Amino acid sequence: MRRQASCLLDPLKPVHVPILKQGGYLIATIQSVLSDADLLQLRDDLADRVGQFRSRGVIIDVTVLDVIDSFATRTLRGVAHMLKLRGADTVIVGIQPDVAFAMVQLGLTLEGVGTALDLEEGLAFLNAKAKRGGVVARTGGAGSRRSPPGPPYDSQVKRGGSRR
Amino acid sequence: MSTFNEEYSVPIKSAADIVVARQKGRALAIQLGFNGSDPTMIAAAISEVARNIVNHAKNGEIVLSGIHDSRRHGIQVVARDDGPGIPNVDQAMQYGFSSNKGMGVGLPGAKWLMDEFDIQSQVGKGTRVSMRKWVS
Repeated sequence: MRRQASCLLDPLKPVHVPILKQGGYLIATIQSVLSDADLLQLRDDLADRVGQFRSRGVIIDVTVLDVIDSFATRTLRGVAHMLKLRGADTVIVGIQPDVAFAMVQLGLTLEGVGTALDLEEGLAFLNAKAKRGGVVARTGGAGSRRSPPGPPYDSQVKRGGSRR
Repeated sequence: MSTFNEEYSVPIKSAADIVVARQKGRALAIQLGFNGSDPTMIAAAISEVARNIVNHAKNGEIVLSGIHDSRRHGIQVVARDDGPGIPNVDQAMQYGFSSNKGMGVGLPGAKWLMDEFDIQSQVGKGTRVSMRKWVS
């Protein structure tokens, strides 16, 4: 694991997180532990793709992240707010229980950023958001067959609008 | 107080080293018998103090070791740098205080994650943060 990490962390070769297009949404699934530079690379890549594909929603899957520290939190929050300004909603999915606990202990919050349990819930979150906004999501993914989720998502999203 | 044989030093020169340090810390914590969410807590604390080195000092090291006394055992994390030092340590330990672009969460956050926390800093010489967590 350590050897793998060191070769992935060659500072000259930034890790590009693969970004998949799924209808009107983009899905970025983080594949390995990321350094600070890789997170910033992801931010720039997403900003580009949202424009390129005219995406309305972005899902960032952080299931594999071992730690979400203050820098990662700040970066994820920045990505979400930046993409919002580009017209796309962001939802962070897959924060592991231990990682969430450590974030709470550190006093870190993802205020103003959508969060969901996993990819499926993330898609449902974006679909519900699109429906409420009167925007027809250009997607035919698995998430669109789900019934729209209830108020918890709603309050989270509204809080996001008032911050910053 | 004596230490286990293992003592790992991770040089911290760039942001990429932060990940190496916290992965080694997590691996050692598991090896020392930490379970549940403790290895993640330790890794997160290492991440914050290592980031402190990168942001303020550019050059330093994280030394990880197993420790024990008569009743218990645990892990010790020492973050050392030869950077500019912290003029006002009390202020740096205040939650939300940041001297640059950070969130001001790092050092106080690391203190909350660990059982013992000690910071010594001399302006112009550097900073040494020592943290311990015991297996509960």
